[in-house]
Amino acid sequence: MAELLLELFSEEIPARMQAKAEADLRDALTKGLGEAGVEFGDVVARSGPRRLMVAISGLPEKSADVSEEKKGPKTDAPEKAIEGFLRGAGLSSIDQAEVRSDPKKGDFYVAVREIPGRPLEDIIAGLVPEIVRGFHWPKSMRWGRGELRWVRPLQRILCVFNGKTVEFEIDGLKSGNETEGHRVHGRGPFKVSSYAEYKETLQEKGFVAIAREDRRLLIEEQAQMVCAQAGLELVEDKGLLEEVTGLAEWPVVILGEMDPAFLSLPPEVVQLSMRTHQKYFAVRDPKTGELAPNFVVVANIEASDGGKAIAAGNSRVLSARLDDARFFWEQDKATPLEKMAEKLATIDFKKELGTIADKVERVAALARELAPKVGADPDMAERAARLAKADLVSGMVGEFPELQGVMGRYYALEQGLAPIDPHSRATSPAGGGRSADADGVPSSPVDGGGARQGGGGLLSGLAEDNVRKIADAIGDHYKPQGPSDAVPTEPVAIAVALADKLDTLVGFWAIDEKPTGSKDPFALRRAALGVVRIVLENGVRLRLAPMIVAQYELELFAIEQQKYNKQFDAASKAEADSDLSGLIEMVTDNSMSIVDEIIFGSDAKLQAWSHSKDLLAFFADRLKQYLRDQGARHDLIDAVFALGEDDLVLIVKRVEALAAFLETEDGANLLAGYKRAANILKAEEKKDGAAVEGDVDASLFEQEEERALHTAIETAVSRADAALEAEDFEAAMAALAELRGPVDAFFDGVTVNADDEKLRANRLRLLTSIRAALFCVADFSKIAG
Amino acid sequence: MTAPVAREKPASFQDLILRLQAYWAAQGCAILQPYDMEVGAGTLHPATVLRALGPKDWRAAYVQPSRRPADARYGENPNRLGHYYQYQVILKPNPADLQDLYLNSLYEIGIDPTVHDIRFVEDDWENPTVGAWGLGWEVWCDGMEVSQYTYFQQVGGLDVFPVSGELTYGLERLAMYVFGVDNVYNLPFNDPASQTPLSYGDVFLQNEIEQSAFNFELADVEMLQTWFSGCEKQSTALREAGKPLPAYDYALKASHVFNLIDARGAISPTERQAFIARVRDLARGAAEKWAEQEAERAAV
Repeated sequence: MAELLLELFSEEIPARMQAKAEADLRDALTKGLGEAGVEFGDVVARSGPRRLMVAISGLPEKSADVSEEKKGPKTDAPEKAIEGFLRGAGLSSIDQAEVRSDPKKGDFYVAVREIPGRPLEDIIAGLVPEIVRGFHWPKSMRWGRGELRWVRPLQRILCVFNGKTVEFEIDGLKSGNETEGHRVHGRGPFKVSSYAEYKETLQEKGFVAIAREDRRLLIEEQAQMVCAQAGLELVEDKGLLEEVTGLAEWPVVILGEMDPAFLSLPPEVVQLSMRTHQKYFAVRDPKTGELAPNFVVVANIEASDGGKAIAAGNSRVLSARLDDARFFWEQDKATPLEKMAEKLATIDFKKELGTIADKVERVAALARELAPKVGADPDMAERAARLAKADLVSGMVGEFPELQGVMGRYYALEQGLAPIDPHSRATSPAGGGRSADADGVPSSPVDGGGARQGGGGLLSGLAEDNVRKIADAIGDHYKPQGPSDAVPTEPVAIAVALADKLDTLVGFWAIDEKPTGSKDPFALRRAALGVVRIVLENGVRLRLAPMIVAQYELELFAIEQQKYNKQFDAASKAEADSDLSGLIEMVTDNSMSIVDEIIFGSDAKLQAWSHSKDLLAFFADRLKQYLRDQGARHDLIDAVFALGEDDLVLIVKRVEALAAFLETEDGANLLAGYKRAANILKAEEKKDGAAVEGDVDASLFEQEEERALHTAIETAVSRADAALEAEDFEAAMAALAELRGPVDAFFDGVTVNADDEKLRANRLRLLTSIRAALFCVADFSKIAG
Repeated sequence: MTAPVAREKPASFQDLILRLQAYWAAQGCAILQPYDMEVGAGTLHPATVLRALGPKDWRAAYVQPSRRPADARYGENPNRLGHYYQYQVILKPNPADLQDLYLNSLYEIGIDPTVHDIRFVEDDWENPTVGAWGLGWEVWCDGMEVSQYTYFQQVGGLDVFPVSGELTYGLERLAMYVFGVDNVYNLPFNDPASQTPLSYGDVFLQNEIEQSAFNFELADVEMLQTWFSGCEKQSTALREAGKPLPAYDYALKASHVFNLIDARGAISPTERQAFIARVRDLARGAAEKWAEQEAERAAV
């Protein structure tokens, strides 16, 4: 058996693209061989900063012979047909065709073409250039005078089969049997004739660790070691580890030092500065759990001075970076959050939905509304919402967008807990409750800033723990940012987080920018799943539909406001240009009446409800996804959703109770009884061409089983209703479970399809009352089984 | 191939520049002098941006003073300058061994590859003003970005062929690294052993201070706005007259005037976008015209 070794050697491949390219090359090669009818054994794929490699063993020297058959006409077919067959099959005479017999069809011609196997070299020489030319990179380029596209200039193609070079040429680049090693330690080139030799040569002479996994482990172990030697601990970072694995062929880990004074910066800032700009790992002191004045850098060289120059150089660069960060930190701290929030009026949130300041207004109103439902003080929630986005205009968030929220929290703490003048301290309320002046929350941060003593605005006059609550709400309101991120748990933070996400969702629904297929550029699925998780994990009792409709009205107002502003601008400009006085009034009147109509008209209400229904269905899908991940049955979720419930906590309770109920014998039997009733109803309704309607007439009962069932249903429904009122779904199910006996008895002893039409109709109505009774806990028709 | 060997360190900032000049001259580059207009980056020199267009081969290298009014810091920041130097190299088509040529240039200025960690980290360059982009890297030396390395793919919104390789060295930063200096003003400008040793600060500190005051406080915004319109008008007229080179000059002027207006913080984000779009139209327009004419000239 023979082996194929292919290496595509290029200038540095972006780290983030390597792993995918490795898999793609492997797949393309194995797929191509498969399509050529070639069987193969083990496949090894590797990738690194300058190469993609695939080795395939267990290959034959030539592909298998294939005989291809083509069916022709019957032997007694007209001449024309036979001529056509010969032409099509490429035969010169009918003698070259075989005659086969079929008991049904009789004798007919078959053209058999023997395709001899091809040497693997030929197949490879055809396949590899095709793969290289058609290879998909996220971004590719041309170079020199060439036509080929690759991620960066392709320098070498090593292609060896069975120890020998497979000859071909791509865009002037000839295949060969040489590879290159590390630029400084062992460049080569090195001739190789097998994967084993390739691997060993690069490892021993070329100073290249070819396997990602090896490099990853090497970096991880070395990093933990250098930290441990200094009595420190590495701060793990999987994403960064993967990235640096793609940045070094011969990773050498070095522990660097920095000026401890930088540790006065928030740790997130230090860590992110290291990570984003420099690709360093942070290091912590295991005794305190806090960042240590060190960093771990992964170099690509065993430096002749043991890494001293590298450590010193990196340390200097980091200092310059952190100097920048400190500049932002100091500058930002000097600006009150309210002042920053004012600038939000100059930044679009989404063109059709106004500025971020407009959004903040809506979120603040909604947060206030939500607050009592989540156990938060409405004024606190509103204050937090008004400050939540302010840090978007801070210097630090401009530099590190990932720190949105995080910085706002720090700035709120700095501002709110700054030592204040003792007089105002004395008048501020003590303790952790509502602040005394909370009812006087200003309608806009602009008014607030000036009116308040000391200019502290929304954070002034608050007890320390209230400042902390607001700060934490600012920090947590973007959460959860992914499936592994925690949800906010403090009531104020819950209110703001929910309000922010709901506002975004409703807004995008209102302008019809919904996610489609795999496209979700505004991460709306994540926002909706966030709402679901926040509500469920905190047990927040909330009816979504009315919230959505109310918010929808605000969004519509924003949308109209945007249109109006645009018209107004255009009109002002027109007036300035040509003195068209009166135009502005006209446009103004016109637009405002549209606003009135949309917001207060009944059409708008209708539209709001229909949008909210669609958005609710979107939430339902996220909830299903969430519950499915938790192991809940898909059909049960559907069965509960069909009730039109929009309180997520209750939906989950219902699903849980229903699942438990169906596990019991009573539950399973009742479901069977329901299905039987439903089937009969379906058949009969189809036969009659009309739905069964009307109340059961007790005077028409002839058999005891009918009467018993009827009474049982009435009892069960009234007990179930009472239990539902108390949100005791187990009890409601138990009440309905009582129906099992009477239902079974009914089906055993009563013929629904009685000859007497009146009797039959009444019995059918009795069946509909079973369906109706069960509908108070779930739509049983959606349940599988 | 044996491991590469670095030369001894240069004696001064200017020595470093002279070494780069000699090195790239030896690679067949025309050593040009700086362009006589204010530009924000060495790329904008017509020797790069315009010569990257069209079918003709081209090799050039030059120092280009770059003015970025908003980056000025009154001479108080050790790392930031409103006026600094870039060293710019363009090779068209890029030779197959351009990475090696580039690395050798670092060895030429005393960076020892056996001691320092030199890396090519993904960074795709883009300059929307001239409708240009390319793929390449930031080159890191011990974590410090010392150069930008780009294979141009489009200029003036047009695909380029052949492809140029472009190298930009941030000279002050590179020199600070080579000399181990933490404050740019302490760089030895000429040989410290010479009769009149001059630091970078001796040459440029006062300029940074006064230019900062101009950029942030004294620039006459109203006048600049008038200038901008004038440059725009002139550039458009030149382009329409089929003279893309001076048309491009006036696009550069407009661009710098805009940068001054911007540094004064005198425009809203919306206006800012509009200004950028206007500059882009001028620069692209000139570049397209030039490309068109180059192709015609090459066809003759």
